[in-house]
Amino acid sequence: MTAPVTERRYQGRVHERSRQLMSAWMAELGRAETERRPTGALMISGNCVELLRACHVLPMFPEVTALQNAIRHKSLPLILKAEQAGYSSDNCAYVKADIGLFLDGGMGPGKPIPFPTITVCNYVGCNVYVKWFEHLADLSGSKLFMLDVPFARTAEPTAADIRYVVSQLEELIALCEEVSGRRFDIDELREILGEAARAEEGYARCKELCKARPAPFDAYFDAINMMGPINVLRGTREAAEFFDEAVAEFEGLVAQGLSPLTEERFRTVVEGPPPYPYYKNFRNLFTRWGAVAVASTYSTVGGIWEWGFRHDPRRPLESIAEQMLRENLTNRTIVARYGQIKRYVEEWDADALVIHSIKSCRLFSAGQGDMREYFTRELGVPTLLVESDLEDPRYYAEAQLRNRIDAFFEALEHKKLVAGAR
Amino acid sequence: MTLEQILDRCRELGAEPPGAVARRWKAEHPGSRAIAAYPVWAPAEVIHAAGMLPLALLGGGTSVELTHADARFQSFVCSIAKSSLELGFQGLLQGVDGFVFSNICDVARNLASIYRRNFPDVFVEYLHLPQNSTSPAVAAYTADELRRLAAALERAFDVVVTPTALTKSLETYDELRARLRALYTFRIEEPQKLSTTELYVVLRAATLVPPEESIAWLDTLFAELVGRPGRPRDRLRVVVEGAFCEQPPLGLLEMLEEAGCYVVEDDLLLGWRWFTGAVAGPGDPFERLGAAYVDRSVPSSTRHEGRVHRAAGLIEKVRRARADAVVFMPAKFCEPALFDYVLMKQGLERAGIPHLLVEFEEKMWTFERTRNEIETFVESMLFA
Repeated sequence: MTAPVTERRYQGRVHERSRQLMSAWMAELGRAETERRPTGALMISGNCVELLRACHVLPMFPEVTALQNAIRHKSLPLILKAEQAGYSSDNCAYVKADIGLFLDGGMGPGKPIPFPTITVCNYVGCNVYVKWFEHLADLSGSKLFMLDVPFARTAEPTAADIRYVVSQLEELIALCEEVSGRRFDIDELREILGEAARAEEGYARCKELCKARPAPFDAYFDAINMMGPINVLRGTREAAEFFDEAVAEFEGLVAQGLSPLTEERFRTVVEGPPPYPYYKNFRNLFTRWGAVAVASTYSTVGGIWEWGFRHDPRRPLESIAEQMLRENLTNRTIVARYGQIKRYVEEWDADALVIHSIKSCRLFSAGQGDMREYFTRELGVPTLLVESDLEDPRYYAEAQLRNRIDAFFEALEHKKLVAGAR
Repeated sequence: MTLEQILDRCRELGAEPPGAVARRWKAEHPGSRAIAAYPVWAPAEVIHAAGMLPLALLGGGTSVELTHADARFQSFVCSIAKSSLELGFQGLLQGVDGFVFSNICDVARNLASIYRRNFPDVFVEYLHLPQNSTSPAVAAYTADELRRLAAALERAFDVVVTPTALTKSLETYDELRARLRALYTFRIEEPQKLSTTELYVVLRAATLVPPEESIAWLDTLFAELVGRPGRPRDRLRVVVEGAFCEQPPLGLLEMLEEAGCYVVEDDLLLGWRWFTGAVAGPGDPFERLGAAYVDRSVPSSTRHEGRVHRAAGLIEKVRRARADAVVFMPAKFCEPALFDYVLMKQGLERAGIPHLLVEFEEKMWTFERTRNEIETFVESMLFA
């Protein structure tokens, strides 16, 4: 009988700083109305947060609000409120939690989550974004800007795609100037992009460090502490410095051979968003087995930095357009994601793939059965597919999940024993 | 052909798998190709201008049992995506040389690349149709996207799409759409002479034959319809909204009318009736088609229109068709329709237009519960 695996007290400076930075941003958002600062709602996937910053429009992210409510176990009443108003049980629960927050009086004038001055739908892959922001603009009365980013359907973005996105970015700048009353300065954007590139470099380095055995952090469950700074605060000096600290901390852990667990027995790649309402419970189901995620696709929704793309201050608008068009998970095909996962499995030396299929997000989930077919049948990678949801606690069935996860790792353990005995 | 013969022919065509339709057409036109378009809109004109047969891929309906696709797509995914893939696995699309998908929803996007992975020898093209309706750059972008499709067809099939041929195709499809619009107008005026089931089977058949052929049918049909006897009944005039992608079973459409409705407007097979007016004319045909997509598209849940409220198009439809109410009929799990339902419902309520929501699935075979809901709704409107 092997010794049980438990968590080490791994929460360090990264966790703490991430929380501080995100709290500061939320507080800033809460003061925006009284300080008469314009705000812009934006989506996480392949976002152009640098442009909003350069235009002095404070970015707000409904997705972050939704996930924070879920992680604090506050999402279900909000979802139910939205369903009472006509939303279907089959609609994305992120949207419902966000709309429910408004219906519950938690968003709007005089509230910590103000109405956005402008609603910038960066339509990067996810079709629900279009609906979500149409609805948000409708209820808040804010100006909706539909930033249409062509989906990746050619080997590289075409010249027409880049032209189209850049011209929309120019229109967005004009709109921001209108609401902020300030003239756009391209040099300010260049500076912000320089800071963004520093943060991207740091985030990529952190992920690279998970190639170490043991990995210094869980690239799925702990990545959330970095996803805030990289997706929301990208372009600020604080975010760039945060990643400098993160790299230093994780390099230190690698040097000491420390893992977030007392023992790393299995290295997994995780696909799909986490179940935020039961984040810790879900994590524990893997901890028991000594399973650590060494890479994850969810951590790349906002941007894929590990293959080397960085925002380029010398080509500010083109570089933003390229990132939105291609350098993020969301705007790529699901089959392109297979390639991304394959690289993770091979280069991060993983034992297995875990697919967490969530009902809310068809962009992530629709067709993950085909993904499982590909990895198990064509590549021979042990693959587990489990289902729940990222926002709606009603879809989380712990006993069922535990059974499947236990059975999977038992089989994997047996396989390792047999292989070791040869 | 008589009206009844045309309707019988349309029913037969609609019941055939797309592969069989394509194979027969190719046998009659040696050396030619057939390209199927997944809902909602695809530029059939571009396919037609390449000398190919554009046809619709509309899922398997009640005709196909899922044996492979269920392992690929989860239970919370719409039926049309699964059954369209299943048709491929069961060889029922053999004869179709290629497929065109577009960004109507998240499921359709994933389906396109999964289709390409599972059937690598088949041509699959994915179009990104614009969701920005107000940018000065959008028409040029759309024209470029249509050119990209034309170039992909040219490379894959050794065909040529000339501006002259495309202009001619635009004219042909303009003629087809004008006739379909006339048929819809006729139904608004005299719904007792043309049932929705009949209109639907004609429309569906028009997605499976060259436009020249359906134009000929429609002319005959129209000439006969005018003189067709039909006594107006005391029924509720309704607009059906939300069934633009997955196909409702014929039995459901029949039941709607049996339960006391005249369907006077709908969004069935909307992609084949996509433009509100003529597209053809002088100048670059790609640019004309791109500009038409931006400025002359019908309202649709799959397209963002920034210039008017989401409910405006539906309310206009209700007014134009002199409808009493709206029956929302989204397919189970259809996110675009289910999201739009909320804003549309609110718009209808502000305008004082009654509405009812009934979901369906293509494989639905019992309609009693829905019938009960419809009958109750009709009675509450007619006898309240």
